[in-house]
Amino acid sequence: MGEKIATRVAYGKALVEFGAQYPNLVVLDADLSGSTQSGMFAKAFPDRFFNLGIAEQNMMGVAAGLAASGKQVFASSFAMFATGRCYEQIRTSIVFPKLNVKVVGSHGGLSVGEDGATHQCCEDIALMRTLPGMTVVCPADAFEMRLAVKALLDRTGPAYLRLARLATEVYTETLPGYRFELGKGTFLRPGKDVTLIATGMMVGMAWDAAQILAEQGIDARVIDIHTIKPLDEEMVVAAARETGCVVTSEEHSVIGGLGDAVCALLSQTCPVPVIRHGVNDHFGRSGKAQDVLNYFGLNPQGIVEHAKKALAMKRG
Amino acid sequence: MSNASLSLTAAKARLLAYQMVYRAQSGHIGGSLSAMDAMILLYGEVLRVDPRSAYDPGRDRFVLSKGHCTPALYAVLALHGFFPVEDLEHFRQLHCYLSGHPEMGFTPGVDMTTGSLGQGISAAVGMALAAKMNGAGYRVYAMLGDGELDEGQVWEAAMAAAKFQLDDLCAIVDVNGLQIDGKTADVMPTEPLDAKFAAFGWNVQTCDGHDFDQLRAAFQAALTHDGKPTVILMKTVKGKGVSYMENDPQWHGKAPGEELFLKGERELKAKIAELEGK
Repeated sequence: MGEKIATRVAYGKALVEFGAQYPNLVVLDADLSGSTQSGMFAKAFPDRFFNLGIAEQNMMGVAAGLAASGKQVFASSFAMFATGRCYEQIRTSIVFPKLNVKVVGSHGGLSVGEDGATHQCCEDIALMRTLPGMTVVCPADAFEMRLAVKALLDRTGPAYLRLARLATEVYTETLPGYRFELGKGTFLRPGKDVTLIATGMMVGMAWDAAQILAEQGIDARVIDIHTIKPLDEEMVVAAARETGCVVTSEEHSVIGGLGDAVCALLSQTCPVPVIRHGVNDHFGRSGKAQDVLNYFGLNPQGIVEHAKKALAMKRG
Repeated sequence: MSNASLSLTAAKARLLAYQMVYRAQSGHIGGSLSAMDAMILLYGEVLRVDPRSAYDPGRDRFVLSKGHCTPALYAVLALHGFFPVEDLEHFRQLHCYLSGHPEMGFTPGVDMTTGSLGQGISAAVGMALAAKMNGAGYRVYAMLGDGELDEGQVWEAAMAAAKFQLDDLCAIVDVNGLQIDGKTADVMPTEPLDAKFAAFGWNVQTCDGHDFDQLRAAFQAALTHDGKPTVILMKTVKGKGVSYMENDPQWHGKAPGEELFLKGERELKAKIAELEGK
């Protein structure tokens, strides 16, 4: 593990890195380019960046019009405003006509911290998952984010990309044989007793939880699901079959996100105990990011406890 | 095109739109009839589009931001050869490509998916922005309803169009004074529209939306390259051409029964006969 870096920073860097290679790329922001880090692209490619002001709904429509005219567009704001305020603009102007717009929601989840519940979006994955044909991506760390941006640049059509505010450790860079493919999960750690399926920042915590479980004699498999839709059904079903119980973990509501996606899949293919670790139908709270995460149990210890519950259910 | 020829095409398009809504027993006829003359002029003289190359990247774009007025749009597109006039019979029917609201990529000649009010004008801003980036030289026209101006997104788009100096963008507002629940002045007052758009940094043209000379002059004025988008505020009559529908908000989105339908159809057919000199 090296330095900590936020996925939003990796997003801004990736836009700059790939900007020249993709001349049709246009980046939009709604007065948050410093926070979403799209401002890096604005500096490097000022002719292909447009600030739409604090008017996110219009930004999504402008993105649709640019895409309908042959541009590929990344439109960034905070996850709350991008997906919540603009749900219908995204639905009707972007996803229904299958336009090549990547909606980018920064500051997803609780780790916005001090800004509090108004800005802590724990519903974005659920909202975006409901849209027919929408791709939903939430990378685990900065290394994976760079690859996700590249993959999304190469994939025509609408997608949602979730960024995190908090600087976190990079787990995927040193994984042997790691390669990024949209719609394919990443196998982080083998294990036979229980599977921990996580997305975004919780992937690192699931990794840490697996080390704690190992010390207690529990062999946990860890899977990083960066693409929540379409879900890597093969990897998830195989893990359920081989380990017999599952814990999902996300910095998001347990309603409508990764956990529900996994439950819906396994209930029809390989019914095993699944426990969803996330925000349990609550709004967030203001506080230091780490304090808020701990308050809601979004830490490795929380995953460990859920894993033990899942194991108990499996053993009957 | 001569005004006589435009008037005749408009009369035929009104009859087609009226029949479509009656046959489907569903659809938005009032605002289709009010916007019809402007759309006839747009497709007859203004827009540089060709049904043989409906997806030409260099074509002018038309966004029906008041997307419910598909009876007008489909009638005009059919009369200009984008698809067969006979297909209008299947308007709003399952397995037909003529949906209740416009769907790009599904209906030939439809440049943007619209229907949720306020969204089309934002897309038109994006299209005009792309044209400016590319130096493509095409123009973008968007038709809005006056009730649609209640949507805050319209004014977000208005600010953006002025900021980016989109002088190849022309919005047309169908000021028929009515929306679903009644008079726009009662439901949500939006006047003075000319002063509002001017304050948002737009060129403002006002005209009679049923007078081809005035409409033509307004569209001509929109071509000035002065760094500002243009809005044409055209005063119209909702339900224009069908006496019992004119200025009556109940005909916003309702189809007539047989007796009323036949009365209106006689009027529209008489208008065509009159214009054909029969």
